Amino acid sequence: MSEASPEGRFVVAAPPHIRARGSCTSIMLWVVGALAPAAVWSLVSMGTPAAITYASCIGGALGAEAVWNAVARRTQTLADGSALVTGLLLAMSMPPRAPWWMSIAGAVVAIWLGKMVFGGLGWNLFNPALVGRAFVVLSWSGILSKLPTKGWYQTIDVAGNGSLDAISGATRLAIAAADRAAKGGYGFDLAAQYQPLLFRNLQGSLGEVSAALLIAGGLVLIARGIIDWRIPVGYVGTMAALAAAFGSDPLFHVLAGGVMLGAFFMATDYVSSPMTRHGRLVYGIGCGAFNAIGRFFGAMPEATTFAILFMNGMAPLLDRIFAPRTFGWVRRDG
Amino acid sequence: MLKGAFLGGIHPPEMKHLSAGSAIERAPVPERLVVPLVQHLGAPCQPMVEAGQRVRRGEVIGSVDALVSAPVHSPVDGEVVSVGECLTAAGTRAACVTIAPYEDQDFEQWVRVEGRDVPSIVRAAGIVGLGGAAFPTAVKLVPPKDLEVSTVILNGCECEPYLTCDHRLMLESPDLVVRGASILRTTLGAARVVVGVEANKPDAAEALRKASDGTDVEVLVLPTKYPQGAEKQLIWAVLRKEVPHGKLPAAAGALVHNVGTAAAIAEAIDLQKPLMERIVTVTGRVARPGNYRVLLGTLVSDLIRAAGGFAGEVARVVAGGPMTGPALGSLDVPVTKGMSGVVVLGPDDAAPPVDGDQPCIRCGRCSEACPMFLQPFAIGTYANAHLWDRAGEFHALDCIECGACAYVCPTRRPLVQLIRLAKGALLAKGVKP
Repeated sequence: MSEASPEGRFVVAAPPHIRARGSCTSIMLWVVGALAPAAVWSLVSMGTPAAITYASCIGGALGAEAVWNAVARRTQTLADGSALVTGLLLAMSMPPRAPWWMSIAGAVVAIWLGKMVFGGLGWNLFNPALVGRAFVVLSWSGILSKLPTKGWYQTIDVAGNGSLDAISGATRLAIAAADRAAKGGYGFDLAAQYQPLLFRNLQGSLGEVSAALLIAGGLVLIARGIIDWRIPVGYVGTMAALAAAFGSDPLFHVLAGGVMLGAFFMATDYVSSPMTRHGRLVYGIGCGAFNAIGRFFGAMPEATTFAILFMNGMAPLLDRIFAPRTFGWVRRDG
Repeated sequence: MLKGAFLGGIHPPEMKHLSAGSAIERAPVPERLVVPLVQHLGAPCQPMVEAGQRVRRGEVIGSVDALVSAPVHSPVDGEVVSVGECLTAAGTRAACVTIAPYEDQDFEQWVRVEGRDVPSIVRAAGIVGLGGAAFPTAVKLVPPKDLEVSTVILNGCECEPYLTCDHRLMLESPDLVVRGASILRTTLGAARVVVGVEANKPDAAEALRKASDGTDVEVLVLPTKYPQGAEKQLIWAVLRKEVPHGKLPAAAGALVHNVGTAAAIAEAIDLQKPLMERIVTVTGRVARPGNYRVLLGTLVSDLIRAAGGFAGEVARVVAGGPMTGPALGSLDVPVTKGMSGVVVLGPDDAAPPVDGDQPCIRCGRCSEACPMFLQPFAIGTYANAHLWDRAGEFHALDCIECGACAYVCPTRRPLVQLIRLAKGALLAKGVKP
C-alpha cells in the first residue's frame, strides 16, 4: 500500500506532525530586514567609512563563527542567521570612522566571548553584539574620542549655538545638566534636535542616523510577533519618564544616543532577555532606568550598552521570579 | 456571544475543508478484520473465541474481569481465522482476533448487549472514549463517592486539524448526541449537560440546538483554538474552573465525554448495540477525503484504498489528528475504537524531520502556547541533560502532550518527545503526577 511513497517508507516521528512556518533563520532575517532601512540610510548618508565598518563587523562576525566551528569541529551554524544579526548590530553601534581592525576585533570578541564560549546560539548570557561593543569601548576609548569628525561621543552637533559643540554621552549630558542648573538652560534648544535625530543625524554611531527608521523597523517586528512590545515600551517609557524626572527633555533623550537601537533591537535579543511576560516588562523598565541613570550620572559616555548588559545578567533571575503558575496549581476561578 | 477561550493555545491551519463537506459513508467490508483485544486504556481482554469458530456480529470475542477494561465484539458475521499477535497503530504488537467476514452482512442486526443499569450496559457494549484517549467509559460513569459531578460536558470541539468525524456526526445525527447527553446527565445525577462546539462548526451547533430544543441539553459555541478540546481546557472554557493539579475533573465538578461516545451510549441504551464500528476521517493526500463508518479491525491500508488511494507523494500517515496521533510505519494496522482519523501528510504538509540537536533560542513561544502554562523549553532542556528532577520542578508531569509547544518552536525542537522522556523517568522514579 505504499506505492506512492518513495522507497515504500513513511516518516515515523513523535507528534506533532505539523509545524508552524518560520524558523530561526527566518526570524533572524526579519530582524535584518527591520534594521535594513536604517542601515541602508546610514550607508547612503555616510558613504565609504560606513561601508568599511559594516563590512568589517559583519565579515568579522561570520568569519569568527566559521573559524570557531571549524576549529572546534562543530557543525557550521552560519545559516541560522544569528552571526549576521550580531555583526550588523555591532556595526550599527560603531562610529562610522572606527578603524577596520577595531570593528573586526569587536566582532571576533562578540562572537567568541559573547556567544561561542557559552556553547553557541541559545546558551549565551549576554547579548553578543553588546559584548563586542563593550570590549571596543573599554579598549580603545582614547582612539574613539579622537576620531576625525565629531564622532561617536558627539551625537548632536550644536556648533551653531556656540555654547556646546556637541553632546551625547552621560558626561556631556551631566555637564549640560550642570550647565542647565547654573544657567537655567542647556544653552541650546533640545527640541530643535528632534528632526535631525529622527531623520538624518550624521554625528553619532551608524545606528543613530535615523531614529524614525529604527522605530519603524521595531514596530514591524512587534506587529509580526517577533519581539515583545513589553521590552521596548518598558525601556523607552522609563527612559522618558526618568529624563523628565531629572528635569530634561524626555523626547530628546529617547531619540538621542543608542536608545532606539537598544530598546527595539539589542534588549529584545531572545537569548539574553527574559522569556516571561512580566519578566520582560520589568527587564525593559530596568534597561530604561539604568540607561537614564547612567546617562545622567554615570562616568561612561553612553550608558545603553552597560544598561542592557546589566539587565541581561538579571534576566534569568527575572524569569525565576515571574515564572508562570502552572494550570491547576493554585485555584483561580472566574 | 462567545465566551473567552482558555489562555495559550495555537491556531494551526484547520484543513477541515478537505473532508467537512463529505457525508459519512460506510467503508466496504474488507476481506479480513484484525480486531485487537486491547483497544482501550486498561487491562487487555482475553480471547473468547478460537480459530475456525463462527462469530456473529456483536458477539463478544474478548473480555476480561478487570475494573478498567472494555470487552471487544465481532463487528461482522464471519469466521475466526486466527488469534495471535499483530502490529497495531501504536507500533507495538498486541493480541488480535482475525476474522474473515461472510459475503452477506446485515448491519441492522447484532447480538444485543444486556445489563442492569446504564453503567453495566455501557460496560457490556465495550464503549470507550472515542475522542482518542479510549478510556473505558463505564468507569467514568461511576465517579468516586466523595466527588460530585454537577456538569457533564460533551466534547464536540474537534480541535485537531483535519479531523471532521465529530463534526459530521453532530451534523448528521444530532439526536443521537443529544440523547446520549441526556442519558449521561441523568446517570451521573448532574444538574447540567453542555455540549461544547468550536465556532468553526456553526452548522453542527445549529443542528444540535434544534435537536436539543425542549431537552435538558445546552449547546455552547466556543472560540476556535487548539487545544480547546483538551479536557482541562474545555472544562475551564465552560465552567471557568481549573481542574486542580493531580485531581480528577470531577474535583472541578465536571465530567467530559466525547460526542461520539455519547452517541455510542445512546445506541447502547436504546438499541442494545455494542461498539463495533466508528466514524473515521480519512483525509489529506488521498484521492477521496471523507468520513467513513468503519468496522473496527479494518486495516488502515483497506481504508486508504476505500478513500481512493494516495494522491501524490506521502511523507507521514498519522492515526488520529496530526497534533497528537502516532505516525504509522506500516499501513497494515487495524482501526481501533480510539482512532478518529487517518491523516495522510505530503512532504510539504508534514513537519520536516528534526535536524540534529537544534538549540533553543529562548524565544518563549512555547511558553506562550502552552495551555497548561508550563515552560516547555526548560523541561526540554533538562530532559535533554537527563536532569529529571529539575524537569519535575518545572511540572513536567502536568504536560497534556497537546503538542502546541513543538508546533510553534522555530528551531523545531522535539519538545513533546523530550517532555515524554522526562515524564517517563519521573514516573519510573515513583514521582506522583
